[in-house]
Amino acid sequence: MVSGTGRRVFGGLVHALVLMAFSVLLAFPFYWMLITIFKRTNDLYNLQNNPFKFNEKPTLEHLQLLFHDTLYLRWVANTAFVGAIVVLITLVLAVPAAYALARLTGRWGERLGIAIFLTYLVPPTLLFIPLSRLVAILGLQDSLWSLIVVYPSFTVPFSIWLLMGFFKSIPRELEDAAMVDGLTRFGAFVKLVVPISVSGILTVVIFSFTLVTQEFVYALTFISSEAHQMVGVGVPIFLVRGDVYYWGSLMAACLITSLPIALLYNLFLDRFIAGFTVGAVK
Amino acid sequence: MAMTNRKLGVLMFSPAIIYVLAVVGVPFVLAFVYAVGDVKIASVGYHYVGLANFRSVLESPTFRRSLYDSIIFTVGTQVVVLVGSTVLSLALKDRFTGRGFIRFLILLPWVAPVSLGTIGWKWILDSIYSVINWVLVHLHFVRPFDTPMWLGEPTLAMISVIGVESWRLLPFSTVILLAGLTAIPRDIPEAAAVDGAGFWRTLFQITIPMILPIVNVAILFGVIFVFTDMTVVYILTRGGPYDTTQVLPSLAFFTGILGSDLAEGAAISIFLVPILVAVAYFMLRVASRAEVG
Repeated sequence: MVSGTGRRVFGGLVHALVLMAFSVLLAFPFYWMLITIFKRTNDLYNLQNNPFKFNEKPTLEHLQLLFHDTLYLRWVANTAFVGAIVVLITLVLAVPAAYALARLTGRWGERLGIAIFLTYLVPPTLLFIPLSRLVAILGLQDSLWSLIVVYPSFTVPFSIWLLMGFFKSIPRELEDAAMVDGLTRFGAFVKLVVPISVSGILTVVIFSFTLVTQEFVYALTFISSEAHQMVGVGVPIFLVRGDVYYWGSLMAACLITSLPIALLYNLFLDRFIAGFTVGAVK
Repeated sequence: MAMTNRKLGVLMFSPAIIYVLAVVGVPFVLAFVYAVGDVKIASVGYHYVGLANFRSVLESPTFRRSLYDSIIFTVGTQVVVLVGSTVLSLALKDRFTGRGFIRFLILLPWVAPVSLGTIGWKWILDSIYSVINWVLVHLHFVRPFDTPMWLGEPTLAMISVIGVESWRLLPFSTVILLAGLTAIPRDIPEAAAVDGAGFWRTLFQITIPMILPIVNVAILFGVIFVFTDMTVVYILTRGGPYDTTQVLPSLAFFTGILGSDLAEGAAISIFLVPILVAVAYFMLRVASRAEVG
C-alpha cells in the first residue's frame, strides 16, 4: 500500500510539473508583453538590469505613444469594419447553404459538404498571387473592400461545415410538425430552424470574426497604405520605423488586441474543434 | 407543394457555391495559368511560355534551398508538436481544479492573432535584449557579448522558426487529441488497470492505438498549416539569414508580389499543390471511414 501511495504522489507531482512547464512555455510571450508595456525605455535597453523586474518606476509612455501617435486605433476600426461585413456575408451565404446540404439534398448534399470543406484546405499562399491580379482588375487595390470580397473564401466553407453538423442534430420531427401546421419548408427553416440554431449561428459569427482578425497574407498583399491596414499587419509591419522597434508600444498593441480575441475564441473553441475532427471522434 | 425539397435545396446552396467557386476555384485555376505564362505586376496581355517558369525556378539555388527548408520546417514542427501535444493532452485529460484557467493559458498561442504572437517572440529573441540570453548569461551557460544570435545564424534561425511555429500549433493539436482522449470509454483503461497493466503499457497498447485516427487528423491539418504558412517566417526572419529559413510560401511572396514576377511566384506556389492533394486524399479516407464505421 505504501508504495502505491508513493507512486500516486509521484504521479501527481509529474502531472503538476508537466502542466506548469507547458503553461509557462506557452503563455510566456504574453506575460513578457505585459511586463514590457510598462517599463521605461531606459530600463528596457539597459543590459545590466534584471529584465524580470522593474528597475525604474513603471510608465504609461508606451501606451500614450500607441494611442496618440500611431494609427493603431484606426487599424482596430478597419479590422472591426471588415470583420462585421464579412460576418454578414458569411451568414447570408452559409446558413441557407448548410441547411440545404444537411436536410434537403440527401446523400450527394453530404458529399458536396465534404467538397466544400476541402476548399478550406486551399491556402491563401496558393491563391494570393492570382487574387492580387483580380483585385487590381476590380480596382480594389489598397481598399478594405478587397479583403471583404476575399475573406469569405475561408469563412464560408468552414461555417457551412460547422452549421451542417448543427442542423443535422435538430430532430426532423420538429420541422415535420411545423409543416403539418401549414408552414412551407422554407417557412419552417426561417421561423423554426434558424431561431433554435442561435447558438450555432453565434459560433459562426465569432469564428468568422476571429478568422478575419488573424488573417495575415491577404492583408499584407492587397493593402499598401498605412491608413488602410488591418491590425494584424499594421502592428508588426507599420509600428516599426525603418529599423527602430518601439518594443513597448509594439507589445502593448499585441497584448491589447490579442486578449479580447483570445477570450472570445476560447468560449467557442470546443464547437470549432468538433468541426476539425471530421467525424473521427464520435 | 410549390417546390420540391431538391429544388429548394439547390436554390439555397447555389449562392454559397458560386461565391466559393469565384474566390477559391477561379484563382486556383489561374495559379496554374499564370505559372505557364509571363504575367508581371502591371503587365498587359498574356503569353503562354510552357514550362519556362518551372525550369527557371528549379534551376534557382534559392528555390531549392526553400524547398529543403520547407520540408525541414514542416517535419521539424510536426515532430515537436506531436510529442508535445500527446504529453500535454494526457496531462489535461482528467478534471482537476484550475483546469479551465490552465486551458486558457495553454490555448493563448493558437487563439491570439499569429502575427502578433510572433512579434512577441521577435522581442524575446532580439539580438541584443533577448531575455533568453540574459538568463543564459546569468546561469553562466554563455559569456556576455558572445550570446546566441537566435535569428541571425542559419541553424539557430531555423530552430527559432520551428520553435515558434510549434508554439503556435501545439494548442490546436492538443485540443484535437483531447477530443480523442475524452471519447475513449472510461471502463477500457480501468479494465486494463485491473488486469495489471501499468501506466506505460496502458498508454502504448490501449490509449495511443485508440486515438490513432484522431492523431491522423491532427497531423493532416498540422502539415497543411505549417507547409503553407509564411507568417512566422516573414515576421521573424524575412527568410534570412541568406535565405536559410526561406520557405516556399514566403519565397512565392517575395518573388511574385514584392519582386512583381507574378508568373514565377505562381510557379513556386504550385509546389504546394502535391502536399495539398495528398492531405485531401487522406482526409477523405478518414471521413469515409467515419461514415461507414
